[in-house]
Amino acid sequence: MYDTGKIIAGLLVFLALVTFPFYSNIGKANAKLELKLDTPEISKLPEVERKCVESKSYMRAEHMQMLNTWRDAVVRDGQKTFVSSTGKHYDMSLQNTCMKCHSNKKDFCDKCHNYMAVKPYCWDCHIAPKESET
Amino acid sequence: MIDRRQFLKIAGFTTMLGIGVMPVVSRISSRLEASQVFTDPNALTAKRWGFVVDMSKFRTDEDIKRVMDACHSIHNVPDFGNPKDEIKWIWPEKFKHAFPGQEDHFMSKEFVDKPFMVFCNHCESPACVRVCPTKATFKRKDGIVMMDMHRCIGCRFCMAGCPYGARSFNWRDPRGKDENGRPFIAKENPEFPTRTKGVVEKCTLCYERLAVGKKPACVEESNGGILFGDLDDPNSEIREIIRTRYTIRRKPDLGTKPSIYYLIGGGENV
Repeated sequence: MYDTGKIIAGLLVFLALVTFPFYSNIGKANAKLELKLDTPEISKLPEVERKCVESKSYMRAEHMQMLNTWRDAVVRDGQKTFVSSTGKHYDMSLQNTCMKCHSNKKDFCDKCHNYMAVKPYCWDCHIAPKESET
Repeated sequence: MIDRRQFLKIAGFTTMLGIGVMPVVSRISSRLEASQVFTDPNALTAKRWGFVVDMSKFRTDEDIKRVMDACHSIHNVPDFGNPKDEIKWIWPEKFKHAFPGQEDHFMSKEFVDKPFMVFCNHCESPACVRVCPTKATFKRKDGIVMMDMHRCIGCRFCMAGCPYGARSFNWRDPRGKDENGRPFIAKENPEFPTRTKGVVEKCTLCYERLAVGKKPACVEESNGGILFGDLDDPNSEIREIIRTRYTIRRKPDLGTKPSIYYLIGGGENV
């Protein structure tokens, strides 16, 4: 092999650069994401009703698929009632059901979406609840 | 060790079994999903929704404007303040423009220029649905020609296809303001979405109100000027009117089979 020294040195520099983000972050704790799950609307509810349409873990992982299903059912099939796994009935509406409780879009939706760097375009059309500028 | 012949036999049987079982499995799984969502039991349903517009109840632009404002305000329809960008779900149109070819030489000028209230005809064979490349506009089982704003890519084929001018394109952001700071949507209805720049919109026959058992907003606001019912049901009120009175439709010769009938000379009480 010609120029062994140069190639090996070059590879080492390349590897060092590529892996820089990994070893520079080793041992550093990630900023933990805390969502605000209490809003005035939620605290007004009686204790037993203070839960989402499905479990917290399900909502955290699957809310986007669920919203897609809701959207297709309402817009395309005209079906508006959702029956949760506990048998409770809900009106399928982002503006009128989800956001009636989660009236803190900035501390709830946006916080996690920004953290994950996703940009859903719900709010181009759907009207977000009025929040104070804080 | 299996030989070639046995291997082919096993493979064949397995394939046959798979093909046989697949429809059963898919039916079960789709039923499980579908059991999660239901139609509201109060919802108004029909095979084919239609309107009869009694023109004797709409004498002036004002009468039409009242109904138009009721519709536009609950659906967050923006007012861009110029006719080029105008968004309209309901609007007045002179007889000679709404029914071209039906005006005659000796008709009174008042009638030829009489404002007719027009909106999406929710055609039985809608041209807009045929041309939409994304199925953003589609025909529901109850005859409503619906818009799915999530899918609209703003190509405006439907606007070219619709012979009634029932569709409007959002050239500007409906949530914006004009130079003088006037918001295009005077007062947002927080229960209904707005649209975004770059999508086409039109009358949706108040699908959101039908789904909870309410009549369309224009029907409610018209004080009996618009009658609403199932065109597929021979005993419905609107079928009775169409059978016994003289009604006309817009451009029926195009074959789109519009679902809006106009009752001419209906008298004071229908």
